[in-house]
Amino acid sequence: MSSLTAKDKETVKAFWAKMASKAQDIGADALNRMLIVYPQTKTYFSHWKDLSPGSAQVLKHGKTVMGGVEYAVTQLDDLKAGLLSLSELHAFTLRVDPANFKILSHNILVVMAITFPEDFTPEVHVCMDKFLASLALALAEKYR
Amino acid sequence: MVKWTDQERSTVRAVWEQINIDEVGPEALARVLIVYPWTERYFGSLGELFTASAVLNNAKVAAHGRVVLRALDEAVKNMDNIEDTYAALSQLHYEKLHVDPDNFRLLADCITITVACKLRSAMGPQVQATWQKFLSAVVDALQSQYH
Repeated sequence: MSSLTAKDKETVKAFWAKMASKAQDIGADALNRMLIVYPQTKTYFSHWKDLSPGSAQVLKHGKTVMGGVEYAVTQLDDLKAGLLSLSELHAFTLRVDPANFKILSHNILVVMAITFPEDFTPEVHVCMDKFLASLALALAEKYR
Repeated sequence: MVKWTDQERSTVRAVWEQINIDEVGPEALARVLIVYPWTERYFGSLGELFTASAVLNNAKVAAHGRVVLRALDEAVKNMDNIEDTYAALSQLHYEKLHVDPDNFRLLADCITITVACKLRSAMGPQVQATWQKFLSAVVDALQSQYH
């Protein structure tokens, strides 16, 4: 997959600026959808007491994940370097199958579409999809 | 064969009723061509597809988008028999059009996102789950005659 062009990075930053204030809600909604639409992802959260929508754990974790995405937006010029320690975390401690990054990305895109139907044009869609794919690749860097 | 609960049937129908085929078809097809540009390999006859605005302004893309969504209407009307309903379409996509079936998944995702833009909060997580289950059944049916 290609890396982000200068125009892609501009588009990602501009769209992120619009959604920044809603980032936590978007994260929680996306995570929630992932757990419901792709129930196999629940296997990573068997240690949570409450996986229901709106549960404190889901909300908190959605916030954590979106914090990571927000950080990635500041590291667009070198996602691999920027996400090194997050990659080590996912590779050695969490051991999340990287196929799930694509699943969560899809749900983030769905929530972006729902929250910003006018702004989430096909041009913005392709840039955000590329960004999340690059993020996922950087996150998988230390796996093997 | 896919099993549907009554709840799932009414969810799919309710989503479908809220969709304007003539709007969603063109937009979903435009999205797949823009977001996943390699899909253009199958649309040589549609003319200018080089830029996002060319795709969005292309009347042939819009017309074909409507064709695709009208075919989806057949699946909505025949939820218990999507595989048989789509047998001929599957053969067409394999033998004549030579479409890699992964592209069906890409288009399905773009349809979901286009519908999400229209339905907004009406596409809650359970609705999304049911809708995606329906589109998966359609994608499987489209792949059924590949051998």
